[in-house]
Amino acid sequence: MINLSLSELGAALAAGKISSVELTQLFLARIARENPRLNAFISVDEERALGASRAADKRRAQGNAGPLTGIPLAHKDIFCTQGWRTTCASRMLENFVSPYDAHVVEQLAAAGMVLVGKTNMDEFAMGSSNETSYFGIVKNPWDDKLVPGGSSGGSAAAIAARLVPAATGTDTGGSIRQPAALCGLTGLKPTYGICSRYGMIAFASSLDQAGPMAKSAEDCALMLNAMAGFDTRDSTSLDRPVENYARLLGEPLAGLRIGLPREYFAEGLDAGVHAAVDAALEQFRKLGAVTVDVSLPNSGLAVPAYYVIAPAEASSNLSRFDGVRYGHRAAEYGDLNDMYCRSRAEGFGPEVKRRILIGTYVLSHGYYDAYYVQAQKIRRLIADDFKAAFQHCDLIMGPTAPDVAFPLGAKSSDPVQMYLNDIYTIAANLAGLPGMSIPCGFARNLPVGLQIVGPWFDEARMLGTAHQYQLHTDWHRSMPPGL
Amino acid sequence: MSLNLEQVFRTARLARLAVSNAEAERTAAQLNDIFALIEQMQAVNTRGVEPMSHAVDLAQRLRDDQVTETDHRADFQAIAPETEAGLYLVPKVIE
Repeated sequence: MINLSLSELGAALAAGKISSVELTQLFLARIARENPRLNAFISVDEERALGASRAADKRRAQGNAGPLTGIPLAHKDIFCTQGWRTTCASRMLENFVSPYDAHVVEQLAAAGMVLVGKTNMDEFAMGSSNETSYFGIVKNPWDDKLVPGGSSGGSAAAIAARLVPAATGTDTGGSIRQPAALCGLTGLKPTYGICSRYGMIAFASSLDQAGPMAKSAEDCALMLNAMAGFDTRDSTSLDRPVENYARLLGEPLAGLRIGLPREYFAEGLDAGVHAAVDAALEQFRKLGAVTVDVSLPNSGLAVPAYYVIAPAEASSNLSRFDGVRYGHRAAEYGDLNDMYCRSRAEGFGPEVKRRILIGTYVLSHGYYDAYYVQAQKIRRLIADDFKAAFQHCDLIMGPTAPDVAFPLGAKSSDPVQMYLNDIYTIAANLAGLPGMSIPCGFARNLPVGLQIVGPWFDEARMLGTAHQYQLHTDWHRSMPPGL
Repeated sequence: MSLNLEQVFRTARLARLAVSNAEAERTAAQLNDIFALIEQMQAVNTRGVEPMSHAVDLAQRLRDDQVTETDHRADFQAIAPETEAGLYLVPKVIE
């Protein structure tokens, strides 16, 4: 039961083989047993979850169930959930109970999914290892001594340990794809603007995008069908015709042109990861796809440009945390300015402060053109590289991360080493492109992720391509040892 | 380029973050590592490139100038650190 896909769970619910209450109890019991070890959840609310599952069963009895009705779900704790604590894994929001739901939360609730808990993450989604959380590190279910990746590390660990069948994530520079890769999952960052950012606590607004994390591409397609949609409350939400993201799942791959950027297979890529990705590409060729060499010449500039743009936007977004209307306020302070400075110094952790300082610096008088404007110009060059590459191919593939999961503590004292973990994922955020990661094998007994980047709005093709691969391989069904 | 302690303190003041001396020293070293990474951008000739400020080229959506929100003051103030009579309380700013 715990390894079933969302459509299999939906079928079991529809056939009356199991009720949503029973399914929810099953996963709640797993959370109670495994979460003390993994720390994947910040909040779990059994009573509310069971209430929602009873409502889902009732809805099914009335004949109004959809494909996801009654299936348990977790939200990354960056999504505002009315009546639940929403912490963003920060002391700043330790006791914040949101007065409203995020759009994505509303949508999945409307689909009848049963929220069981809020998952751990890097503080304010700033990190690649889930070690910056105020609520403690998350462990990788494949090996307790390794990181799960980040920033959606709690969502990834929860699904990998089969504590929940699916979860939401957010991806600003790789925060869905990298943890999905490190935990052996499928995760999709849609094109910027597909999922509303309303109620999703902002990190870098021109890059942040919500997306599904689950075991397979088919699961992600079903989730995205529910999550996507125009929302007037997000000024960058895109008003597009409703799409069925599962419509190309049955499409054969014959003739599909897969672009391989030579920059993604260069120095710095672990040999084991390289081999697993090569084997996956061979499988795609067997399924009828052709691979072509492409170039993304400005790839090396993605990380430097990102660490100007994302911190600049973060320093602006996080200025709202001032200890006045919500969030942490210092116990002792002098004047108003002192209250701001102390509340923020106490409420934010070291990585968040570092990024606020970088952002404040690059936006300050005299540096704006040299850093911020230069980074925005490089962002354009990177987006143009993709446009040129997509003249020669339908999709781009390569590794999601340069290596498998690394040991806890290995990179936490060296920010630059940590940042370089997102070397292959950041460019898609800068360009606004959809990107996903699917499991494609193992290196040193740990999962390897294959990244697929598509042209703007080509999620259905990406999901279909990944699904065809998953029909012929079973990496996505592999579970951590001991489950 | 390298940030000295004074610049770290100045930036922290702008960002409204209290920092201790020890913290500022540690932070300066880390920020300088990060800026060494960022500096790679300076080698690129971007003359004539239009800055890309957003992932999607969008025109700002407009709406009619009508009241659409209902009153949530009580809900919003329930989560505030300190309120009184429907107002948010902060230290006195005007003598």
